[in-house]
Amino acid sequence: MGLLENKTALVFGLANSHSIAWGITQALHREGAKIGISYAGPMLEKRVKPLAQEVGADFVEECDVSSDEALDRVFDEAAKRLGKIDILIHSVAFANREELQGKYYETSREGFKTALDISCYSFVAMVRRAIPLFNPDASCLTVSYYGAVKAVPSYNVMGVAKAALEASVRYLAADMGPLGYRVNAISAGPIKTLAAAGVTGFKKMYSGFAEVAPLRRNVTQDDVGNAAVYLSSDWARGTTGEVHYVDSGYNVIGMSIGE
Amino acid sequence: MEDFYKIMSDTAERITQIIINILGVEEDKIVPSANFREDLDADSLDLVELIMAFEEEFGGEISDEEAQKITTVGEAITYVDTHMR
Repeated sequence: MGLLENKTALVFGLANSHSIAWGITQALHREGAKIGISYAGPMLEKRVKPLAQEVGADFVEECDVSSDEALDRVFDEAAKRLGKIDILIHSVAFANREELQGKYYETSREGFKTALDISCYSFVAMVRRAIPLFNPDASCLTVSYYGAVKAVPSYNVMGVAKAALEASVRYLAADMGPLGYRVNAISAGPIKTLAAAGVTGFKKMYSGFAEVAPLRRNVTQDDVGNAAVYLSSDWARGTTGEVHYVDSGYNVIGMSIGE
Repeated sequence: MEDFYKIMSDTAERITQIIINILGVEEDKIVPSANFREDLDADSLDLVELIMAFEEEFGGEISDEEAQKITTVGEAITYVDTHMR
């Protein structure tokens, strides 16, 4: 008996088999959740469709999360075809490549808006539309990164967007708590995703991370997926507004002087 | 010299397999002169995925600048053999 039997999850942000969203989707599926999937653009269709099949997802909808109309359409479809939802997963982020290098002060106004819109506001917009679809004890989960809390090279406006996202988790938790719905985030260590390939110097961060983190290893999609199972399950019924680190303990280290 | 060819063909074989997996193209289209974009219909995400897969398969890193110079199957094989083997 899985931890998520009889629950339905709607997952945003699947791009390919390296996606954090794929680690989460597989783990939710393994624990018995019925899966619905939304992805970001026609370019991803050929990547997402086979993955959807693997987890038996019939609901596979393209959605531009920067468009209210597109979100309305996907949630209307979800209401018709998935019915009630127990788990909302937001694993979506975007910044123009030129913002993910050089200095943060060089961020353009448009670049700032885009990053905050797609990486943060989209979560708010999804949660609002999901409320009418929620079963009792529903759970919302988003994915963040330590660059929200500390300055990380090249992460720049994405760090600021993640800070806004983590703040949104707290405000949404306060809003939704009285309804019995929970809102949390997982702050994951660096993972080699398609999106990470756009961050200048990511490879150095990736290998440097494993040298410093207490567990001396990088985190995997499965690590994040399994934590997502817990936070989405009734075992976490008492937890909301939380940013849960899945980062090999990296965030507790104040200084590293090597071995 | 014989070893050299053995390594070459092993690299070519593994790269060919990666290209089949990611681009889903017929094996006979994967020749050294084949351009990923023009001949094998790769889009920009495919190219990122290919580079990630090469790094995973052969260990090591391909910088963004270097990745941009890898436009054909032959260039990928040469790059891997000279920098990653």
